Amino acid sequence: MNLIESARFAMRGVTANKLRSLLTTLGILIGIAAVIILLAVGAGTSNSIKDQIGKLGTNVLTVSRSTAVGGRTGAVAGQQVAGNRSRNTNLTSADEQSLTDAVLAPDVAQTAPVVTAQAVTATFSGASHAVASFVGSTPAYFSITNNTAEVGQLFSSAQESSATAVIGRTVATDLFGNNSGSAVGQTIALNGQNFVVSGVLAAKGATGLNDPDDVVIVPLGAAQDKFTGYAPSLNSIAVQAKSADVMNQAQNEIQMILDARHNVTAATRDYQVRNQAQVLTTATSTTQTLTILLGAVAAISLLVGGIGVMNIMLVTVTERTREIGIRKAIGASRGNIVSQFLVESLIISIIGGVMGILVGYVVSSFPIMGVVPDVQPWTVWLSFTVSAVIGLVFGIYPANKAAKLRPIDALRYE
Amino acid sequence: MVSAGAPVARVAAVASSNIPVISLRGVSKIYGQGEARVTALDGVSIHIRRGEFVAIVGASGSGKSTMMNIVGCLDAPTHGEFKLDGMDVSSMDEYQLAQIRNRKIGFVFQNFNLIPRTKAVDNVAMPLAYAKVGRVERKQRALAALDAVGLSARAGHKPSQLSGGQQQRVAIARALVTDPVMLLADEPTGALDSHSSAEILDLFSALHARGRTIVMITHELDVAARASRTVRMQDGRIISDTARAAALSGGAV
Ligand SMILES: Nc1ncnc2c1ncn2[C@@H]1O[C@H](COP(=O)(O)OP(=O)(O)OP(=O)(O)O)[C@@H](O)[C@H]1O
Ligand SMILES: [Mg+2]
Repeated sequence: MNLIESARFAMRGVTANKLRSLLTTLGILIGIAAVIILLAVGAGTSNSIKDQIGKLGTNVLTVSRSTAVGGRTGAVAGQQVAGNRSRNTNLTSADEQSLTDAVLAPDVAQTAPVVTAQAVTATFSGASHAVASFVGSTPAYFSITNNTAEVGQLFSSAQESSATAVIGRTVATDLFGNNSGSAVGQTIALNGQNFVVSGVLAAKGATGLNDPDDVVIVPLGAAQDKFTGYAPSLNSIAVQAKSADVMNQAQNEIQMILDARHNVTAATRDYQVRNQAQVLTTATSTTQTLTILLGAVAAISLLVGGIGVMNIMLVTVTERTREIGIRKAIGASRGNIVSQFLVESLIISIIGGVMGILVGYVVSSFPIMGVVPDVQPWTVWLSFTVSAVIGLVFGIYPANKAAKLRPIDALRYE
Repeated sequence: MVSAGAPVARVAAVASSNIPVISLRGVSKIYGQGEARVTALDGVSIHIRRGEFVAIVGASGSGKSTMMNIVGCLDAPTHGEFKLDGMDVSSMDEYQLAQIRNRKIGFVFQNFNLIPRTKAVDNVAMPLAYAKVGRVERKQRALAALDAVGLSARAGHKPSQLSGGQQQRVAIARALVTDPVMLLADEPTGALDSHSSAEILDLFSALHARGRTIVMITHELDVAARASRTVRMQDGRIISDTARAAALSGGAV
């Protein structure tokens, strides 16, 4: 008897109890779909992080205020705290300018002061939008952060304190609809203060959980005038190194200059220099860990599905003991019986696997929590193989159990 | 009534050789241990030649089925020697035994033992599938076997759609489809009414008339009367073994 023969007998077994076979298949389906979807989400997340790294530029350093002063270990304040509310007002425009020094900091290309404000709402003739990121800075900020104007123009250094705003695509769309070009020249209100839109930034595209296009950038003076006040503190300083290769040198130069200016040592430093690309690289490895964990959870559900297959096959074998006895009595060998039941469990798990792959693909074609899942071809092959292996591994014991029965014992089975 | 010599001569003519198809020598079967120990067969020796129609009779529990299961290679003896068609069965492995069951033996059970939800023709063809016969030939031979038992009109029916007598005929067709050297039947009419029983017994007689070796367990003496030889068992032993002249006077013709 060949394999096709076994397959026909097995298929008859599968269809004899359709609902049961279907439910068993479902266990495998869910497991495989979970593996594919979770790994695709993991891959999608790490794609978006890589994307962000590319958009940030690989040579940007951020100097931000740190509350860890005089041995106190505190949380990193950084950009999250509005300038005028912090007591540690220790980053100034003078600090920022001191970093542009061809002799002391030869690896620094340019710098930009950054102040931020929270809870800024932009409104325009009835439409309103809560701005995720409100930044006051100088024109250098645009080139450091890789921002260009799609329509209109960026503000210039001549507009130091004018009420001019450059808005991101998300803000433009929310306030002006899809025709974002119409935004230029319009006056919008930012927390009730009037600003003229001078340009709309080229979209960077939402990646993952945060939207880089949900941004409003105004001149530093205007931001301090109307939002943060003139307290000497900046939230941070954006520094562009001359190239990605001299990041460490640039960081050392910045620390030397600022240590001297703030009169601190490495131990008492009241600011910190962060390499954004590094932060994101760390995030990537975190994502990978998370992906592995998610994959493990999915794998467990697959294992549970496999045990379901084994359970059903054991039930099937018990139920069909007499049939096994009859088959043996008319000449089925042990191998015939094993292959019949093995093929049966293979059919169940492979059908489950294939449907799981389809479901995985379909679900992965939609964004999940802002992440665009990226189905990796290898996960498809892997899950197919795994479902086949599950069929084999979890089928072999019941199949063997069936085949080992002595014909007379099987025939007498009640 | 024909003379006692006639059927014997006929049997000898049909048989191609004088080697017994079935040869048991001192076969015992012991179930259980200690208190629960049952000696179902106690040193049975019997030789059955090609073309014989042997009826095995005896009280319930006398070991008839036990012996039949051993002869059918469904069970193994505890002691003793069993030769089938000249081959020593006790030295065979699982695979060889499966082949013997497939090619040499056709087994008919009291309760038919058809595979449920499977068409009559597929039930009959199944032994051929295990004999690696191709699909087309399998179907042809299965239909021919069904025809031989007069059931070709029911080939597409499932066991649940057939009467007991019809099911037993399907089972006989299945037992015959591989053209085995012997047909073993354990109370084949035990679950049938008298009309169906008569049909089945006529079938056996006809098969015997065409030279088939048949061993049949029965409780009814009129059934045993159709056989060429009657073996009587009691307490796991053979207590009488008589050849009968009356064998062919039954429904064979
Ligand atoms: N699997 C078993 N385990 C223990 N004892 C058994 C087993 N099978 C049969 N026996 C015992 O062996 C003896 C012979 O049984 P067997 O089935 O051969 O009788 P039988 O002649 O076929 O009877 P019947 O006419 O009722 O079918 C009985 O005493 C029975 O109890
Ligand atoms: Mg019996």
